[in-house]
Amino acid sequence: MEKLIEQFSLGLFFWQLLLFVGLVLLLKKFAWKPILDAVETRESDIKDAISAAADAKKDMENLQADNQKLLKEARAEREAMLKEARELKNTMIESAKTEAKEEASKLVAHAQAAIESEKKAAIADLKSVVAELSISIAETVVREELSDKSKQEKLVESMLKDATLN
Amino acid sequence: MRSKLTTRLITLLFFILPFLSMAGGEKGAETDIKSEIKAYIQHHLEDTYDFGLWSYTTDEGVHEYIGFPLPVILWDNGLQVFSSSKFHHGESVAHVGDAHYKLDHGKIYKTDAEGTITYDETHHATNVKPLDLSITKNVFTIMIVSLLLFFVFSRMAKTYKSSSIPSGIGRILEPIVLYVRDDIAIPNIGKKHYKRYMSYLLTVFFFVWTINLLGLTPLGINVTNNIAVTFCLAMLTYLITTFTAKKDYWMHIFWMPGVPKLMRLVLAPIELLGTFIKPFSLMIRLYANITAGHIVLMSLIGLMFIFKSWLGSSLSFVLAFGLGILELLVAALQAYIFTMLSALYFGSAVEEHDHDHAH
Repeated sequence: MEKLIEQFSLGLFFWQLLLFVGLVLLLKKFAWKPILDAVETRESDIKDAISAAADAKKDMENLQADNQKLLKEARAEREAMLKEARELKNTMIESAKTEAKEEASKLVAHAQAAIESEKKAAIADLKSVVAELSISIAETVVREELSDKSKQEKLVESMLKDATLN
Repeated sequence: MRSKLTTRLITLLFFILPFLSMAGGEKGAETDIKSEIKAYIQHHLEDTYDFGLWSYTTDEGVHEYIGFPLPVILWDNGLQVFSSSKFHHGESVAHVGDAHYKLDHGKIYKTDAEGTITYDETHHATNVKPLDLSITKNVFTIMIVSLLLFFVFSRMAKTYKSSSIPSGIGRILEPIVLYVRDDIAIPNIGKKHYKRYMSYLLTVFFFVWTINLLGLTPLGINVTNNIAVTFCLAMLTYLITTFTAKKDYWMHIFWMPGVPKLMRLVLAPIELLGTFIKPFSLMIRLYANITAGHIVLMSLIGLMFIFKSWLGSSLSFVLAFGLGILELLVAALQAYIFTMLSALYFGSAVEEHDHDHAH
């Protein structure tokens, strides 16, 4: 220990302190700070690049998944559209058919009704013509019959006969 | 087949060994080498005023030194600056103006013109020691390392301006910087506060590591086994810990939550002492590890010259080689431990607790 203290050289200590502290400060300014900063920037750049790549990959995957989804959706939509169209066609045909049927039956009904009413009118006409005819016939007959007394009586008699029969 | 050959070679070595060691020379020279190696190691562990690379003795017995002198800076009634070559490696007195200085055991003392140094009973020089702020070999090395680190890392920082990936040496250094950040700073301090300490931790790590590695080169550099250097680093760790500490840190020292009141009184001085012991251990650990490594390595290298035999010298070479590799690891390990423990102490300073839970 004593030898150590004796060996201690103040001059060497002084120079070592001066030079070393100077070296630390100089290196700090001109070496360590730029080096460590550059390394740090590089490391963060690498980190960023890696995360960016991972993000890009993720995006790609997402995009692919989206594409797949879109494709699937489009396919499903096409299916649905086709189905719908088919259904529409069927319903249209169906409805056209029923409509046509209805129309036809309506027409038939109309026609029948028209026929009926025509028939009725015709019958009425016929009736009135027949009545007129029968009246005019009866007139002429009655006129002829009334020209002769016996005939008149005969007529009344037959008429009465008829009346009782009815 | 191969193992048989090896066995034969070893047997052969054992037979030759006595003759080889006999050729080693006389007994007197051997002890001379021993003391020389011891002195050399001792010298290596000390700081010097010139940058000596190696020295040798010529056939005429003259010591030749290869290296260059460094400036001596003294504060002795005014600033005194002169070249350390004036000391002639401690052999002569340096005359600077009216003052005279002499080296004794690696320290500068003020003397008279003849360079007389007086000693007390404990063999300590009693001469006046002027305030010594010389650029010694260690200071010079610290300057070189600081410049080197500044040059390398500021250039590395510049390469980030053109691209986010470093070029050149930054490719090797960036993982180490990131290691300090991700495995030393963040786990110990936490993501919230670590940034404030990064400059200190990185500088300490690279400074200690570089200087430890330089210590393993044949240049004979030896900085981290000076207690003044490790004391300075440990002190900085202590100061940063103390001045960035949050309320919780002081609370845990002076009024430990979750223990009985009486125990808190007992714990306070212990905890307070602990804050000093922590950086103290940092200081001693780095100092002792590097010093021990240098001593053992140099001793093993020295053994090669003492053995002067094929087996002994090659054995100590293998050991020295192995230890040299181990020291490479130790150089990095000590830098790591120092940084790691500093980060741990910083972490305790900014830690936030939920009170009053049991500890």
